[in-house]
Amino acid sequence: MKKGIRVLLMLLLALAVAVAAAGCGGQKPAGESKSGGNTAGGGQDQNQKMKVAFVYVGPVGDAGWSWAHDQGRKYLAEKLPWVEATYMENVPEGADAERVLTELAEQGNKIIFATSFGYMDYVINVAKKYPNVIFMHCSGYKTAENVGTYFGAMEEARYLSGMVAGKMTKKNVLGFVAAHPIPEVIRGINAFTLGARSVNPNVKVKVVWTNTWYDPAAEKQAALSLLDAGADIIAQHQDTPGPQQAAQERGAYGIGYDSDMSQFAPNATLTSPVWNWGPYYVKTVEAVKNGTWKPEQYYGTMKDGIVDLAPFNKMVPQDVRDLVEKKKQEIIDGKFFVFQGPIKDQSGKIRVQEGQKMSQEDILGFNWFVEGVEGEIPK
Amino acid sequence: MENSVWIAILAAAITAGTPILFAALGEIITERAGVLNLGVEGMMLVGAVTGFMVAVKTASPWLGFLAALVAAGAMAAIFAVLTITLRANQVVTGLALTIFGTGLSGFLGKPYVGIPLPVSFKPVALPLLSQIPFIGPVFFRHDPLVYLSYILVPVLWYYFYRTRPGLNLRAVGENPAAADALGVNVFALRYIYVIIGGMLAGAGGAFLSLAYAPSWLENMTAGRGWIAVALVIFAVWDPVKALLGSYLFGGVDALTYSLQAATRIAIPSFFLKMLPYILTIIVLIVATRQTIVKHIGAPGALSIPYDREER
Repeated sequence: MKKGIRVLLMLLLALAVAVAAAGCGGQKPAGESKSGGNTAGGGQDQNQKMKVAFVYVGPVGDAGWSWAHDQGRKYLAEKLPWVEATYMENVPEGADAERVLTELAEQGNKIIFATSFGYMDYVINVAKKYPNVIFMHCSGYKTAENVGTYFGAMEEARYLSGMVAGKMTKKNVLGFVAAHPIPEVIRGINAFTLGARSVNPNVKVKVVWTNTWYDPAAEKQAALSLLDAGADIIAQHQDTPGPQQAAQERGAYGIGYDSDMSQFAPNATLTSPVWNWGPYYVKTVEAVKNGTWKPEQYYGTMKDGIVDLAPFNKMVPQDVRDLVEKKKQEIIDGKFFVFQGPIKDQSGKIRVQEGQKMSQEDILGFNWFVEGVEGEIPK
Repeated sequence: MENSVWIAILAAAITAGTPILFAALGEIITERAGVLNLGVEGMMLVGAVTGFMVAVKTASPWLGFLAALVAAGAMAAIFAVLTITLRANQVVTGLALTIFGTGLSGFLGKPYVGIPLPVSFKPVALPLLSQIPFIGPVFFRHDPLVYLSYILVPVLWYYFYRTRPGLNLRAVGENPAAADALGVNVFALRYIYVIIGGMLAGAGGAFLSLAYAPSWLENMTAGRGWIAVALVIFAVWDPVKALLGSYLFGGVDALTYSLQAATRIAIPSFFLKMLPYILTIIVLIVATRQTIVKHIGAPGALSIPYDREER
């Protein structure tokens, strides 16, 4: 008898775990797109919506990367009422991704946005099996008949945020909390450094790697160690506001990332380079509907509005704002290019000649630091 | 390196070590009573999320802290029912508790991800003590929870080795049959200490979400619960050694970033990141050797469910 109860309780516990786990990874329909039209294959249904799905690597509430994509999804649902946009969050970059993508294709989604680099090969695999579904992969480099990629020139916004930091620093030492040593992050650090040194040639940028995208305690600790080492402004390529909170705690300044992080550190965050995916999602879905969509490798710029700078904090003086706004206009007008020579590397050797622009390929494959960065790229 | 850098590293070591210390002290109490609870990570997460939710709702970190104690204690109570009354396998149940806690905290905390905490625990410089050169800035400029952990260590030590109930606690863990024969209620004591142990794990979690981070993110303990379990062996079930061990781990943790930021030594960051775990392995080897040589070690009845009929 007792044994029976024990087995029952263990089963209950297992069930509770399963329910909790399902609650985390479940698919949730967008609130406003709940309609009665749930008829399978109902071609006659005038009100049938086009189904679009988004796959996120993190939770939508991370205040960072996945959150920014979800803002884009909400924008899409608002602008195009004939779209039903759903999402799956916390999808790991592994075999699970293939299962999730297959499931979404089976459910009749016309377009699937896969928003993390590690989904790349799974997207290609699933796309082969579902030629009528269009797959859009963010930050990858593999395309196919029905697979396109998209990403944006975050370096433009980072350059501008670097100018703000270069102007606002008193000790001429900036700290950068960096996630993983991959070209995307290295590119951002370089753009930030170039921006800072364009307004203040004495600035040094110290880099600390956390080897995580998403660990608030580790990121905060890394930021504190930079502040201890003499930095007075903390920039970050991380998905949590931990570094900003560290800056606020010590009375220093910070530069956020992904979304406007000033809500977490109102006395520290000067501005944040942010993603704005919404308009691009609207454009893509409309292109698919009109039959004009083609597989391409889209690399949006500040001109397209895909990257931007969050509003300045009140601490940023007017002359700095004017300076940055002016440069922003030059970038939008195509008069200024971030990775334009002369650019020296850490050893002082010229890597990009005067007047020369780095090729898109070199920019996407950045594996060296520019002059002014203090730190090593782990090999 | 200069003095100020050392002070910064040591102070960071204490902050980083405190959540591990709370959890390790809790696990020491649990294991001293003869119960091995591997659900520390899960209980920490449930404590962290409950503490955060309550602190956001009430704008009081102290109420959040209390809620974390209650919630993690409730988790431990589930474990106690399964392992003490129903005599389920402690290792398996503990692992289930960790998985359960991870899922549950993620589920409960969903709406709280990315929400700022209105009022978090703030560092308080203790008068006079914080003025002592070097020692002051390292030990006495932390938040109240750190001071609480300072007090907890000697109190527990005294309780274990100098009081009657402490003796009973150890007896229950070493030889429950003998304790039972002496009229000690083995089941009741194990229940109490398992729940207290869980509450301390919850305190460690709450320190992370209310003072250290301060925010809630899924799986934010990032393995600290497991380090705490390893640390208990390193500390040979002694609260004072657990304190030293926690700060050692905290120090290595802090050092991974400070070495990158403060020096120009080119140590790959991956290697630095690996250090706490390498240290765990070394510590386990040393501790195991010590156990064999000196004949000290785990409570005699650790992880064995007590069954009166098998006496």
